[in-house]
This record gives sequence, C-alpha cells and structure tokens, in this order.
Amino acid sequence: MVVNCEQVWQEISNYLEDDIDPSLRAAMEVHFGQCDRCRSVLEGTRNVIELYGDERMIDVPLGFSYRLQRRLEESIQPTRRGFLGWMVAAAAAVVAVGSFELARSSIFRQPDLRSEHAQPGVGVPPEMMVVVSTDGKLFHAAACPFIHDKAHVRSIVAREALKEGYAPCARCMKKYLPLLRLS
Amino acid sequence: MLGEVTSLNNPAEQLNEEALIRRIREGEHELFYELIRPYERRVYSAAFAILRNQSDAEDAAQEAMLKAFKHIGQFRAEARFSTWLIQITVNEARMWRRKEHAHLVEPIVEREDAEGNYIPRDFADWREIPSETLERKEIREKLAEALESLGHIYREVFVLRDMQHLSIDETAKTLGISTASVKTRLLRARLMLRDLLAPGLGGTWSTRLHFAKGTKPW
Repeated sequence: MVVNCEQVWQEISNYLEDDIDPSLRAAMEVHFGQCDRCRSVLEGTRNVIELYGDERMIDVPLGFSYRLQRRLEESIQPTRRGFLGWMVAAAAAVVAVGSFELARSSIFRQPDLRSEHAQPGVGVPPEMMVVVSTDGKLFHAAACPFIHDKAHVRSIVAREALKEGYAPCARCMKKYLPLLRLS
Repeated sequence: MLGEVTSLNNPAEQLNEEALIRRIREGEHELFYELIRPYERRVYSAAFAILRNQSDAEDAAQEAMLKAFKHIGQFRAEARFSTWLIQITVNEARMWRRKEHAHLVEPIVEREDAEGNYIPRDFADWREIPSETLERKEIREKLAEALESLGHIYREVFVLRDMQHLSIDETAKTLGISTASVKTRLLRARLMLRDLLAPGLGGTWSTRLHFAKGTKPW
C-alpha cells in the first residue's frame, strides 16, 4: 500500500490514536520516512496533544476553589439540615406509628390485661419498681395517690407487673401511655 | 473503575471515591467537596472551553457541581465519576451558552464547510517541545488563545478528548454525536491548532490567526 500526503493528513489523528489498520500504519510510516512536510505535521500534531493534555494548561481564576467551597457550603448545608429535619420527622413518625401499632396490637392481642379498658404501656423500663394491689388492674409509682386497696399492695418490677396483666396508671405512669400523650 | 483511589489529599482517611459517594448518599453531605476537589480544575476547564468567559465558566462550573450533588443518587458505578461530572458540566455550560449568549457569533472557523478535508497550511518545523515551555505564561496564553479561536464544535471535542482525556466513545456520548463525528472534528481541531501554533513554537509567533481550506499552499 502506498499513501500520498493528503491521505496521510486525513489519517494522522487516527494514527496518533493507534486506531488504524496495521497495513495503513505501515504505509504511513514509510511515507513519514520520505516526506519532511508530513513528518513535520505529525510531530506538530503530537506536540499539540502533549501540550494541551498537560495539567498546567488548566488555569483557574484566583480564588476559584475558595468561592466554590463557599457556594457548596451555602447551598448544601441547608439541604443537609432539611435532610436531617426530614430524618427526625421520619423517626418521630416511625415511633408514633410503631407505638400506635404496638398499642393497638396489644389492645387486641393481650386478652390477659386485667382491664379491657386499660392501655398497655410502651417503653416501660422493665426493672422499674412499681406498686400493684391484689385486686387492682393498674400498676403505680409508690407515691401515687390513686393506688387501689392500699392494704394489699406489693412492690414488683414493671416486667412482672406487665406479665401479670397490670397496665400503667393513667396518672402517675402517663408518660408510658402514648395514646394519652397524643390526646 | 469507580472504586479506584483518587488523588484525594486526605491520607488519614484514605477514602476512595466509592466510599465517599456512599457516605454522601447516606447523609454526610459535607464530604462532597472532598469528592469533587480532585476534579474542580477540570470542571472549570470544561466549562471555560464552551463558554470562553471566566465569569460564566466559574458560575457554570459551580452550578454543575451543585447538580452533581443533587443527583449523586443517580450516579451509576459502571461509569467513572470524573466522566459523569464532566458530562454534567458540559450540559450545564451548553445550556448556559444557549440561555445567555445566543447572540454571540462564533469564530469564522465555525462556519467552514465541515465536509471537505482539512489541508495543513503551515509546515514549520516543530518537532521538539522544550520541557519548560508550559512554565511560561505567554506560551500558555498563546495556546489558550489558539484554542478559543476554534469553532465550538471543534473546541468541545478537542477539550473533552485531549484535555479531559475522555475516550472517543465517552466524548461522543457526552456531546450526543457519533464517534465518526468525534474523530472528524478531532482531526480538524488538532490540525488547526498545529497550524496556529507551529510557526510560533517553531520560531516566532504569528500575529494573525488564519485558516485556509481546500487549497494547497504549494
């Protein structure tokens, strides 16, 4: 294969990309060996690629990085707070729904509650000491004025009280009754 | 590969891009600058190549990086993050150009007939680059001036392939053109730049930027 100057110029970029047929490459190399002008074009084109491909060719305005950082901080931080706010809201919703579901499921699935009108507690510390009376239906704090039948009370841990079907007192244990808190 | 270690300047953490992207997606938004820092110069350069104005290029670069943050969840690991970022930048800069600079007239080179073959005009001997060439500000300015004089269809391809080092396929995809068009424009851009620069770098700088097409100089 023999190539002329014009053919060489049209393929010189592909030649430098190593994106040509081997036979054409060989023919071009023969041509470069014989033609000063094409060799000059080849070397000049290679220089162009090398010069512009150098990192030093990228000049950025003074203060570019600083201004970019400021812009990102200004624009992204509010988004982040929004995101966090969303996360807090989502977490609260999960807790509320979870509590409601737990309460609801407990109401309908805990036939052993002593009172069908009582609500089961949520988040009651299992080792907390509470007071129950033998005939009562609720568990109380020791100082609660609403303890039923104070003559027959005993102190037990909340875990045991819940197990025996006692429910939190709506006054002294209100914080463990989510439906009351929401009302 | 997405997980390659980048040039992030934080040896204490040695985070790679993949880990950074995952953490940003999980809410550590303050890490975003760490992710884009190795590429901020390239992003600016891509925007400047399209807009040819420092102020516009900076604004477009900032917007592009904010869009990258906003859409980080859409980034797919099969692409290089740098390529994805440059693609966003090119789109942003093109949009910017359409919106703000529709009245601007492209250089004369833009209107040349792209169908014919480009014929080199100058055959000045330019076979060696002094190693310190790019240390000289006036040389960098001449190179930038030559690049700016190209029509944007050539400039965009040249910048993405030869300055941003995207592949031919990535360049085509970014610009929404065929690989054949990329190769044709790349050839023209390279030859035009060589014509513009060879007389200067081979001897003295030419004060006129001129192109000739279709006529042989001998």
